[in-house]
Amino acid sequence: MNTLFDKIWDAHVVDTIAGGQQIFYIDRHLIHEVTSPQAFDGLRKRGIPLAHKERIVATADHNVPTINQDQPIGEPLSRKQVMMLTTNCDEFGVELYGLGHPYQGIVHVIGPELGITRPGITMVCGDSHTSTHGAFGAIAFGIGTSQVEQVMATQCLLLKKPKKMRISVDGDLQAGVTAKDVILYIISQIGTGGGTGYFVEYAGSAIRGLSMEGRMTVCNMSIEMGARGGMIAPDQTTFDYLEGREFSPKGQAWDDAVAYWKSLPTDEGAIFDKELNFRAEDIQPMVTYGTNPGMGMGVTERIPVESKIHGAAGLDKAMKYMGLQKGQPLEGMDISHVFIGSCTNSRIEDLREVVRLVGDKKVADSVTAIVVPGSQQVAKQAITEGLAEKLEAAGFEFRQAGCSACLGMNEDKIPAGKYCVSTSNRNFEGRQGPGARTILASPLTAAAAAVSGKVVDVRKF
Amino acid sequence: MKPFKTLTSTAVPLPIEDVDTDQIIPARFLKATTREGFGENLFRDWRYDKLNHPKEDFVLNNPRYSGDILVAGANFGCGSSREHAAWAIDDYGFRVVISSYFADIFRGNALNNGILPLIVTPEVLDEIFKTIEADANAKFTVDLEAQTLTNQSSGTVTSFEIDEYKKTCLLNGYDDIDFLLSQKDKIVAFEGSRVEH
Ligand code: SF4
Repeated sequence: MNTLFDKIWDAHVVDTIAGGQQIFYIDRHLIHEVTSPQAFDGLRKRGIPLAHKERIVATADHNVPTINQDQPIGEPLSRKQVMMLTTNCDEFGVELYGLGHPYQGIVHVIGPELGITRPGITMVCGDSHTSTHGAFGAIAFGIGTSQVEQVMATQCLLLKKPKKMRISVDGDLQAGVTAKDVILYIISQIGTGGGTGYFVEYAGSAIRGLSMEGRMTVCNMSIEMGARGGMIAPDQTTFDYLEGREFSPKGQAWDDAVAYWKSLPTDEGAIFDKELNFRAEDIQPMVTYGTNPGMGMGVTERIPVESKIHGAAGLDKAMKYMGLQKGQPLEGMDISHVFIGSCTNSRIEDLREVVRLVGDKKVADSVTAIVVPGSQQVAKQAITEGLAEKLEAAGFEFRQAGCSACLGMNEDKIPAGKYCVSTSNRNFEGRQGPGARTILASPLTAAAAAVSGKVVDVRKF
Repeated sequence: MKPFKTLTSTAVPLPIEDVDTDQIIPARFLKATTREGFGENLFRDWRYDKLNHPKEDFVLNNPRYSGDILVAGANFGCGSSREHAAWAIDDYGFRVVISSYFADIFRGNALNNGILPLIVTPEVLDEIFKTIEADANAKFTVDLEAQTLTNQSSGTVTSFEIDEYKKTCLLNGYDDIDFLLSQKDKIVAFEGSRVEH
């Protein structure tokens, strides 16, 4: 009796060495401009080639502008970093979906939409949100640049097998409650360190009921509770999503793959090191009030006066940064910025939901709202479906693909002191720009905030 | 990678929990394409105000505290996988970070850069903070071979756990990559024997 995680992990162990460290084989490696240059440099210094260039896919996402992508990047350091990715990929023969390429986009959006991500594989990227790809029933996790170099050089990592946790969410989600609310709720319950040392499998009827986009949103934020990664067993929803994608297996290979994928789900009675259970009915639309993703609450609740998972000092520090008071509600509070994007919520389904919710309404005059599609393909589809046009008519800016204001690295930043309702994954101090104040929420809650100019309960919207 | 064996030093206290890598090194400083020079931006937004003046209330700007050991609250290094955080800590001059636990990716990145992430119980961590608060010149000795942390003020000796393999790497300054490259034959044999789906 094995878990989904065990089955995939054990199939990728090349060897176990003294002390329990294992040589672990990596099937797919995604790279981007920020965490790869030093790794390529390392290879050059050692004078060694890539072990398997065909297992690597590169894109530029973190440090790119989201307007005028056809023109050279204005900021010299950013331009240099993005150009260096191109030079490195040329030199080492890596497939690059760079700016202007129809497949360019946030690494964690393009992997799944191209069918590069699939069940049963191991996948890494020098980026913590690689956990996203676990939604397909893959072992996917973020690594540091030294490890990027290790995988480039040997296709392997040296790892100790993490412990296993299962988080089950059973029951029916209320109307207006999305995958993003589910994961923000879980993190608010167990804290940013609650998953440290574990690989998480999400299960239960509420998880099974999610679309692939929703599952990706849940797995994406596994890292925000400290987990090494998150995963969900592949099922018909997974197969339907993957069938016919660019790099998905075709013909007989597809049938063989599906047969194998069906063998992957956790066996009945398999043992986890830890099990947590939540009820879908308990979950409200969520908002964060503090400076880490664990500081979240139902939109109608008040900021806690004391917290069982955050030390008093941490909560005080967060309140000071956020300009908020313990015990105060967020519902009804004015906000000035809305960011809909990031590898958590920038997929076509997210954009459709936003358009559906906004309807004929307009973005409030007091609000600057940007929608940043996760990839060129999402952007193209949004244009074809008429979503982009509707968003612009409602007063949203519809941008080009990239990480954008998720991380305060490229040109897109939220000004100091401003409140931004954001569909991204991190509300750390300065994450969206020095002094910026982030309120994490679902695309529905963000869209409702854009229209109202306030934090609102989307169920009453 | 530089080897790490023993160290005796004063320590810098940062009694804040959940210090994320966006604080250790904000994203706007990740545009560099080498590993050097990140130390000057370590804890940038806690260390300097908008006009780039040092903030007096931040510990790195407090002349009372210095040393090669950083002592931090629980869950140090959470968030982004950026190894730049480890490079910044190293470049600033810290060789050891003590906490009650570390985020997994940060811990790995530290070890890959010759920085020892030293895990103690919450009680010991608390005692260390108290010792430094009482005397900023209090010294601590880290002995990796013996896996001990000695509080020179109180004389308390605490042992700490570290993976055997990682310990050998640190003591000798070996990278994982050297080891993995030496295992190429096994990896190639594995590739030949497996059926990929
Ligand atoms: S969208 Fe944000 S979290 Fe996702 S990969 Fe880009 S910077 Fe990281």
